[in-house]
Amino acid sequence: MSILKINNVTMQFGGVTAVNNLNIEVQEGKIEALIGPNGAGKTTAFNVITGVYSPTKGNVIYKDENITGLTPDKITKKGIARTFQNIRLFKNLTVLDNILIANHLRLNSNFLSCTLRLPWSNREERQMREKSEMLLDKLGLLGLKNETAHSLPYGEQRKLEIARALATDAKLLLLDEPAAGMNPSETMELSSFIHTIRDEFNLTIFMIEHHMDLVMEISEKIYVLDFGQLIAKGSANEVKNNQRVIEAYLGVEEDA
Amino acid sequence: MMDKLNNKKTKLYMNILLIALFAAIIILLDTDTIGDNYIRRVLNLSAIYTIVSLSMNLVNGFTGLFSLGQAGFMAIGAYTVAIFTVPLAERAKIFYVVPQNPVLAQIELPFAIALVLGGLLAALIAVLIGMPVLRLKSDYLAIATLGFSEIIRIILTNAKSISNGALGIKGIPQMPTMWVFFGVAILSVVLIWLLIDSSYGRAFKAIREDEIAAEAMGISLFKHKVMSFAIGAFFAGIGGGLLASLLATVDPKQFYFTVTYNFLLIIVLGGMGSISGTVIASFVVTAGLEVLRFFDDPLTLFGVTIPIFRPGFRMVIFSLLLMLLVLFFRNGLLGQKELSWNLIFDWFKRKSKRTGKGGTAQ
Repeated sequence: MSILKINNVTMQFGGVTAVNNLNIEVQEGKIEALIGPNGAGKTTAFNVITGVYSPTKGNVIYKDENITGLTPDKITKKGIARTFQNIRLFKNLTVLDNILIANHLRLNSNFLSCTLRLPWSNREERQMREKSEMLLDKLGLLGLKNETAHSLPYGEQRKLEIARALATDAKLLLLDEPAAGMNPSETMELSSFIHTIRDEFNLTIFMIEHHMDLVMEISEKIYVLDFGQLIAKGSANEVKNNQRVIEAYLGVEEDA
Repeated sequence: MMDKLNNKKTKLYMNILLIALFAAIIILLDTDTIGDNYIRRVLNLSAIYTIVSLSMNLVNGFTGLFSLGQAGFMAIGAYTVAIFTVPLAERAKIFYVVPQNPVLAQIELPFAIALVLGGLLAALIAVLIGMPVLRLKSDYLAIATLGFSEIIRIILTNAKSISNGALGIKGIPQMPTMWVFFGVAILSVVLIWLLIDSSYGRAFKAIREDEIAAEAMGISLFKHKVMSFAIGAFFAGIGGGLLASLLATVDPKQFYFTVTYNFLLIIVLGGMGSISGTVIASFVVTAGLEVLRFFDDPLTLFGVTIPIFRPGFRMVIFSLLLMLLVLFFRNGLLGQKELSWNLIFDWFKRKSKRTGKGGTAQ
């Protein structure tokens, strides 16, 4: 069953067509990837899914519900969470605060009962903290909970950003270049980390990635984008041997 | 010695001691034992400035919205108190040019109710203004809120049947004790602190840190910005209401947009995003402005009258201090930290380590 459907989405900025008539179906419970040379429109596609942009044409369906044109916070509430290409943590806040903030969207108490520390909002706050600490514990970040986010090593920051996305109770996780800037051993670790969280939290993962080793290893289905156009889709092997994909990558970009 | 101090019980005792000391000082100042009207007035003003600065810090320092509308919200609170607390019998005397609006002329409210009403009214107007204006970012928001504050002032100058125009409203009943000002100030500090420390406070900080990430984490920017803006306006309105009672008179000139810069200075000095810093800076700046009055008086040194010492020079010095502050001391007193015993102990420890190298060697 597909959890996310992108139907004929076109995204234009003035005269530039960043994404042209894109059709993608992400299957529930799978790890799928979106690849393509620089400037192919991958992040634009993510921004359309998460509501940062509203598409010029077409629509986005999440679990049989049309989410096109909703604001990013509403889309996150429905169960889609994302990470960013250039890490966007709440840098000056602690690790725990970063996670707690991602819990805020499920809060029922209003600001008055929170300010006055009424019993039900205290209970919610306590549950929020327990849940956050449990999540940090599962992901091996609990020991760092009182550190400020920007003081963490790079790899841990990436991990924290994924943890923060998970804390929103997301069912579909969009990862925008999770391995960017990582060395090979960190990348390998990330690969198993992604597998683990997928199984642990029953997630569907849709990611943009440049590290071909990582993509080929963990994705069950790969979509290839070039100049805003979908040029291929299929398993790692199918994509690898696709003539158009080879053409798109050859001489244009070479991952070291 | 420091380690001995550094435990929970000691901290508790020190807190109690501090509160008792604070209460004792207020009690003594409140009667004429050591206080006089001038000192009381400056301290009451400081308490009011604390409230308004905190309200501004909530919006600017904690939510990261560059808003400069505080004077306008204060004016709303001040005029609400002025209009509703002046005794009915004296209304006709005050509104002698244009008679007061017949409905308002029949309503007199107790101070506390008028004060809260003023706050609520400011918050309501903040919601109405905020809905369109808070879509703007940084400088644009500052300009829009500044404009709003001027609009309020101009409305107050011209709505003569409500505000008595440029003549202002005199004879506002004054509060007999400092506890009114300090009580409300303490309550405001506590409430804002509790808000900042709650999930909503964290959401505000998230917006300050990174709007895009905050929105991606499911925080509605619109709802939380309007909320912060309105709560800020509420406390600014309360501060304005207290000011009306302290001065016993309001007129539109008191709420010129330059007033907002005093609060801006306070929150920059105390630390954008620090409650305790704001409280300290409010008292320091308010008292400092009084001390600087010395620059406004003509000064004669060795028989020579120094020409620049004249009314208004105080504000030049004041602006100079602000520039120096922004150049060399950007994070202010406390930055985003809060004053705590730990912070003080650590500071002393570092200090004694530095001097201790030569000093304590036996």
